[in-house]
Order: sequence, then C-alpha cells, then structure tokens
Amino acid sequence: MNEQDARQAVESAIGKVAPDVEPGDLEGGARLRQDLELDSLDFLRLVEVISEATGVDIPEADYPAVATVGGLVSYVAGHG
Amino acid sequence: MPSLGADMEHGKVVEWLVKPGDYVHKGDLVAAVDTDKTVMDIESFQEGVVAEFLVDIGDTVDVGTPIARITATPAEVPPSQPPLTSGTLSPDARSPLAAQEPTPAHQGDEAGHPEPAVKAAPPVRHLAHTLGVDVGRITGSGPGGEVVRADVERAAAETLTAAAPEEAAAQQAPEMPAPAEARRVRSSPLARRLAAELGVHLPGIAGTGPGGAVTEDDVLSAVPPRGRPPREHVAEAPPSEAQRPEPTPEAAEEAPRRKRPTAAGGKAESLRQAVGALMSRSKKEIPHYYLSTTLDLAAAMAWMQAANQQRPVTSRLVPSALLLKATALAAKEVPDMNGFFTKGAFQPSSGVHLGVAVALRHGGLVAPALHDADTLTLDELMDQLRDLVSRARAGRLQRAEMADPTITVTNLGDLGVESVYGVIYPPQVAMVGFGKVLEQPWAHNGMLGIRHAAIATLSADHRVSDGLRGGRFLARIDELLQAPADL
Repeated sequence: MNEQDARQAVESAIGKVAPDVEPGDLEGGARLRQDLELDSLDFLRLVEVISEATGVDIPEADYPAVATVGGLVSYVAGHG
Repeated sequence: MPSLGADMEHGKVVEWLVKPGDYVHKGDLVAAVDTDKTVMDIESFQEGVVAEFLVDIGDTVDVGTPIARITATPAEVPPSQPPLTSGTLSPDARSPLAAQEPTPAHQGDEAGHPEPAVKAAPPVRHLAHTLGVDVGRITGSGPGGEVVRADVERAAAETLTAAAPEEAAAQQAPEMPAPAEARRVRSSPLARRLAAELGVHLPGIAGTGPGGAVTEDDVLSAVPPRGRPPREHVAEAPPSEAQRPEPTPEAAEEAPRRKRPTAAGGKAESLRQAVGALMSRSKKEIPHYYLSTTLDLAAAMAWMQAANQQRPVTSRLVPSALLLKATALAAKEVPDMNGFFTKGAFQPSSGVHLGVAVALRHGGLVAPALHDADTLTLDELMDQLRDLVSRARAGRLQRAEMADPTITVTNLGDLGVESVYGVIYPPQVAMVGFGKVLEQPWAHNGMLGIRHAAIATLSADHRVSDGLRGGRFLARIDELLQAPADL
C-alpha cells in the first residue's frame, strides 16, 4: 500500500474511533496516547478498524512502533 | 422519573421511545432522559399499554414524578380519573416511572395484541378509519373513556403536525451535498459519527450550532429524503409494527433516527457542575483515608501478552480488564469496600457492580457499572467494558448502569499518570485507582530484575473500614493478579 492510501486509512480510522479529534491535529509526530488522548480501549479499537479496512494486523509486540500517527502510517504502508 | 444516580435530583425527557398505545414489557426502553451528566435510556417497570404521557418532551421534572401512565388495556379507564381510585393497589406498588391503573378483569389476549376494547360509536370509528387514525391509540375523553369525534379529529391533527416539520426539512435539504473544498468544519462528535454512518459530507452542511458548528440535526436534515432513516408516525405504522418491542440498544445503534441533544458547551458545563457538586459532597461527608501499594504485574502481563498473541484483534485483552477483574473478586471477599453508606449506616452489597470511571471527550466523566463483575469471565468483562465505554462516550447509557455501582475504579494510568487518588462517589465507600503499567527495577529473592508494575491506590470511607481492612483489600488485588489464568 502506498503512503497516501495508508495515511487516508489511518485518518479515517482515527476519525471513527475518536470523532472529536480535528483532522488538523493528525500531524505525523502526534502521539496517539498523549496528544490525541486515546486510551487503551480506543487504541485497541483503532487497531481493529485498521485491520478491517486494510487487512493489516498489528500484533501487540509492534505497538511501540505505532505510537504516533506517522509511525502508524508507515507501518500500514509497509505491511499492507 | 427514576433516579439515575445518587446525585440526580431531576431529569429532562428528551425523547419518547414508545407512543401511546404501544404495548411495553417490563424492561423495555421507553424514554431517553437527559440528566446533568449524560443522556440515558430508561426502561419500563411495568407491563402494559402506554396510556398517556404525563410530561412533554423538554420538560424537566423531579425524581419520583410520574412521567407516563401505563395501563393493562388501552383506553379502558378515562384519563381524567385519578390514577388511584380503587383500593386494589397499594401506594408502594407504584413505580416512580408510571402510575399503574388498577388492572381490569380481562387483559389483552397476548403480548403485543391488546384487545381492542375501545368504546366508540360506529360513526366515530368510521371517521377514524377515514382519517387513518387507529381508535385503539386514542385516549377517549367522553363518558366512561369513550372515544368521541373530537378525540379522533385531534389525533388526526396531531399526526399531521408531527409529520409537517419532517417534510419541510426534506424540501430544504439539498439534493446532493455541495462538493465543498476541504475546509475545517466545526461539528459535534455525534454529528460526525452520524455523518459517517449516513454517508453525508460534513463540509457541505451549514451548521446551526454554536459558532456555526454542525449539529446532529443539521446532519439529519442534509440527508436526501429517501436515504433518511424513517421516523415512526402514529397513523402510518401498522399495528403489528407499532407494537413490536422497542429495538435493543444494538439495533438502535444501527438506526440513527434518534434525536439526541448535541454535545455543545452547555452540556460540558452542566456536567462539570454535576461532578463538582458530587465531589464537594463526598469530601464534606466522607472521611477518606488513602493507601497505596505497588502491584507486581510480571505474571499478569506475561500471561496477557501470550494470550493476545493467539487472538485476533477483536478479542485481545487490555491490562485494565485484568485489573478490574481482580478488583471485583477482592471486593467480593472484603465486603467493607463494596456497598452503600446511606442514612447513617453501611449496607454491604451482595453483588459487585464495578463502576468504571470513563473520561468523556468533551470534558467531565461518568462512572457506569459493569454488573456482577466478579462473576464475569475475563473475555465477558472485556466485551462489556468495551461496550460500556463506547456507549458512555456516545451518551447512550442505561438507567441501571448509572444508578448502582457499588465500588468504582479509576484507571487514569491509561493516560500516563503513575498514581491516582480518587474521590469516593457517594453513597459508595471505596474508590480504587490504577496508575500506568510500567517496567520497573524490582528486587526479588536478592536479585534485581525488571518487571511490569503499577501503583494501585485505595480511597476508602473511615466510617466503614480502617486502614487494616483497606490494606488487606489492596494486597488481595495483588495476590489475585499473580494467578492471571484463574481470573
């Protein structure tokens, strides 16, 4: 999957899980927990939505790699 | 108006989920009520037919005020008659939701098909038929509850006015949302979710909310008429349709026809005030004592990570689920932590209804309950936790969930703090706080290693327990977490 599709999938998934997050807040360096205030249940739901939309399954061991919006986009692009 | 929480004094009916003439079972959802904290669905405490509403949408009434009248068969008793005219019903049999009519000798032959024992003269029935009004749904104002011509005409007029705004909105709705450039649109979370569900393009909608924000209503009126979820009208719905039980919350989720107030600034403010008033009362009335301990989570985290590797993402666990389950089991074993302090005395609770503090995205928090959390398997608890948190954030909690937690857990660690000392929710007597799960240096058997650990705190009521008992409770949580497979 190319970077642009991955970014779109990630933005749409975050919009679903946390509808209050403004699209303008989704910079590459934004941290999902600290900056976007997703809790562990939100995060799990995010992983689930991304898996449904793109087929990319993120195992728990890879969670540290997807702690930021940019990290998540690269991960989805690299594995999709 | 049932009490939806210890601090609730009044509530506002924002939506009826049934209409007069509907057959309701005990437990069916009948109305949505806006408290200062959230919007909740409330259920019927009785079985029967909704005879009439005693309050209007938008009315705020005190807890205990009857809001609807439920009778065993429709229009059997005239509404002008006071609810209690015979001695067959004792006052305590009246629920706060509805004043039940004395049950007549015969009842509807089966659920969903109440007998059409409506008094109405043939010409009146004919008129009703012509106007498309079901006489069975009309409350008669004639002698002995008889439906008269005026009742039918009024019912027909009400149907028309109910339909009118809908049609007006449909005409105003643009055929297709304008393909606007991607400008920033202020909108409520609910509006955004609804827009996503209905496939509406948000920037194409003119907002009517504060600061031009797009509200749920704006989204609804932007939907092309054929794509709009249908709203039921009294006269349009065939009887079988009208009398089917209210859809389950899950079904309602699929059909976003329901009007909710949007999460505007006023809501956050009233929620803030409600939280503030409750916490002030807690700090004034409850002599808190505080304890903390560090939980050794090496076994629990290793078990959970191994379990999650085998699982698809839909059934993965989070550490909170293990912490909550251990807390529920410990609360069952140490009853001084679990129950209510009311009227100067402590009543322990036999069931553990674990309140889970959920931070709301627009500010404030609610703490709905996981019922009988000690009896749930970890997977069940995890499922219910996810469901509860998502509904809490969407403002779709049910009455029982708000009203009866017997002990509450706050899990701020999820967002990064190491420890949290909570304020007890009256009339509960204990609040457990979990901090962040961290890898820490850990000395064990003379060796230094690295383990997952988290700080657990307890705020408890000194009128009910002492530090010794509280300490035992926290220690028990730690012990239970050492055997995660048994949780």
